[in-house]
Amino acid sequence: MGRYVARRLLQMIPVFIGTTLLIFLMVYALPGDPVRGLFGDKAGSPQVIAALRHEYGLDQPILVQYWNYMKDMILHGDFGTQIASGRPVTEVLGDAFPVTMRLASLAFAIEVVLGIALGVVAGLRAGRLTDNVVLLITLLFISVPVFVLGFIAKLVFAEQLGWMDPNVNDSTDYGQLLMPAIVLATASLAYVTRLTRTSIAENRRADYIRTAIAKGLPKSRVVGVHLMRNSMIPVITYLGTDIGALMGGAVVTEGLFNIQGVGGTIYESLVRREGTTLVGLVTILVLIYLLANLLVDLLYAVLDPRIRYA
Amino acid sequence: MRGAKSAKWVAIAAVVALGATACGGGSSDSGDDSKAAIDPNGKFSIEVGEPQNPLQPANTMESNGSIVTRALFTGLVDYDSSGKIVYMNAQSVDSKDNKTFTVKLKPGWKFHDGTPVTAESYVKAWNWAAAPANKQTNSFWFSDIQGYADVAPEKGKPKATEMSGLKVVDDNTFTITLTSPIPYFVYKLGYEVFSPLPESFYKDPKAAGEKPVGNGPYKFVSWDHKKSIEVARYDDYQGSNKAKNGGVIFKNYTNLETAYEDLKSGNVDVLRQLAPRDLPVYKADLGDRAVDQAYSAVQTIAPAFYTKQWKGIDPKVLQGLSMAIDRNTITKTVLQGTREPATGWVAKGVLGYQPSLGTDIFTYDPAKAKKLIQEGGGVPGNKISIQFNADGGHKEWVEAVCGSITKATGVACTGDSKADFQADLQARDAQEVKSMYRSGWVLDYPFNANFLRDLFGTKSSGNQSGFSNKEIDTLITQADAAKTQEESEKLYQELEKKLPEYMPSIPLWYYKVNAGYSEKVTGVKYAQDGDPILTGVQVKK
Repeated sequence: MGRYVARRLLQMIPVFIGTTLLIFLMVYALPGDPVRGLFGDKAGSPQVIAALRHEYGLDQPILVQYWNYMKDMILHGDFGTQIASGRPVTEVLGDAFPVTMRLASLAFAIEVVLGIALGVVAGLRAGRLTDNVVLLITLLFISVPVFVLGFIAKLVFAEQLGWMDPNVNDSTDYGQLLMPAIVLATASLAYVTRLTRTSIAENRRADYIRTAIAKGLPKSRVVGVHLMRNSMIPVITYLGTDIGALMGGAVVTEGLFNIQGVGGTIYESLVRREGTTLVGLVTILVLIYLLANLLVDLLYAVLDPRIRYA
Repeated sequence: MRGAKSAKWVAIAAVVALGATACGGGSSDSGDDSKAAIDPNGKFSIEVGEPQNPLQPANTMESNGSIVTRALFTGLVDYDSSGKIVYMNAQSVDSKDNKTFTVKLKPGWKFHDGTPVTAESYVKAWNWAAAPANKQTNSFWFSDIQGYADVAPEKGKPKATEMSGLKVVDDNTFTITLTSPIPYFVYKLGYEVFSPLPESFYKDPKAAGEKPVGNGPYKFVSWDHKKSIEVARYDDYQGSNKAKNGGVIFKNYTNLETAYEDLKSGNVDVLRQLAPRDLPVYKADLGDRAVDQAYSAVQTIAPAFYTKQWKGIDPKVLQGLSMAIDRNTITKTVLQGTREPATGWVAKGVLGYQPSLGTDIFTYDPAKAKKLIQEGGGVPGNKISIQFNADGGHKEWVEAVCGSITKATGVACTGDSKADFQADLQARDAQEVKSMYRSGWVLDYPFNANFLRDLFGTKSSGNQSGFSNKEIDTLITQADAAKTQEESEKLYQELEKKLPEYMPSIPLWYYKVNAGYSEKVTGVKYAQDGDPILTGVQVKK
């Protein structure tokens, strides 16, 4: 087991280098120059442009730039400096990540609790009315785009009912983050519900469940322990990848509710061609993906004793 | 037992995961709403994006940073709404030959840290900002001053660190010598680049960009990145525009739709601009708190004169294209009344603006448009395209303009979309525009030369189209050599009247401010650059 974890952690190194290099090259390939962009419609003075390009090493070949960037990042934990603002990228990341973490964790909690609960209920009553209603609602959640849901939520809960502010003014207040988190969670919630439902409906007829019932175990134990534990594997797989998606893919939701998180920062750095910021952000997201996947793989063994890692 | 052991490993992996992703930077508390505000000391909030640059006066070029910088710094002069000069920190700026200017400061002004504002505060600040080593994006503004070429030579190492054209006479007097006379140089001095800096700035310019110390109507309080910037009234301020409120909170918004929602729900007080989505309803929503006024900016489409198509073109063709654009209908329908049809190259609110140039090229007339194009030999290829950046909301009107041209003259016209402003700029800089491109110009200083000389001179910094005409260049030299500012203004007006004969670009429309404010504030006025005048805003009890 320990060996397995070590091996997986080692495998992350090439993936990590590959993704960062790829992103670095892609930003480089985009038309436009971050330094020139500072001057907008005006021409700017060539001396200052040259001085800025030199300071940020943009006058060097791309692979040298990448080498310097990686060297600073790995040896000193230094993600470079933003060209426009002159702020260290670590500071920018430190601003954006806690906000997104809060939003994503709230959305994740909603998705896990509601999604699994609904899935279990629907799965146990497969084919009956409850099941059909749940299927219909989740279908709706999947098919309606996030921004439409966001607008509807704002219109109904903020403008007409006046229950809450339309936008997030204080990102440390979980009450304000609730609405965006629900909007962000809906699509994933629907998938979790459907995965759970199918899995539960299938395993309900499995031999070990019949045995458990025949042994005379109480229903709560049959469902809660025997059925749930065996039905969770596909759900956990999905949830693992979804952590990453919630963190990086919240661009639309963040913009809709004026939350200054990772999504908005990625978009902004892309528009301004702030390569260092972009690579820093994505590097951390890649790490989160990789580790979430590792966790999922390890959780398999917890859920299903037949799976072993050596 | 197997299960339990696995669980332990999951826990360890989780710790590793958290360790790797924890990246410091706690969140701090955000500004609390002071709802029980009293009249003169009440603070209000305004919608602003995150400033792109540190808050150094010579380093802010985009609007988010400059509105904050202008609240913190006051320069020598400012302008009133008709474009006339108002002396701020300067008592007088005199010149006999328009080449050497003597600046006298009003005594008794102090920076927010208590140190006095002296002639040295200006001269040292300008020398610092002009040096390429300090990488100030607006440094080219000092290029009119004698000795700039030594401080910032185009090639090689700087020969000097101070511009020879700047001389301190005494504590409250200094002189500026230019390389060649500019009758309206005083106008340029109103730009925030020419702000003074306190001595403390040079110890750590970077930190000063995060916590600026200025001499303006407001002093800096805090900057919570990507959340808000707070400034408070500076009580010892000596200028005529002392703040009528207790301070301003610049609230960060990434899009205009959310800001408008917050305005309606009372979470932000003043907006600078509205999103297209809210334009049809904002007047009904806000009543007399809706703002709809012109500001000094113009939108044009410019032919790339370096292309085969437009090289040596007969200006009649461009006149014809101009007459084929139905400006009235497009501004009313597609642009929802947010623009006003242009009647010249110089925008409204600028000194020297002329309501009419005595030409009909801005009137929609399909028959005459067709005739003019024919007389001029037709559009080469009978096909044009207009390059624009897709992230700026230009697509709709570019299509409308194209439609109008094609309908009126039969010239095929398409939009040439670039993904974003960066890509658009690169194509323009590299002279890769295929036919025509969209170009906008917001005033730097309210004098008509800014819209003419800085765009259409052969060597002007804003000339990206490759337009070059000897007669225009001569007229510019003449206007710059004028004895007085009034004379220069007049000569530039004459130059503008001649432009229809050369058609360096096709003006489309002037911009308008479409914004609004909350019930909490009154006295919200907007300046020529489209930004609200912060010091005049009053907060209700």
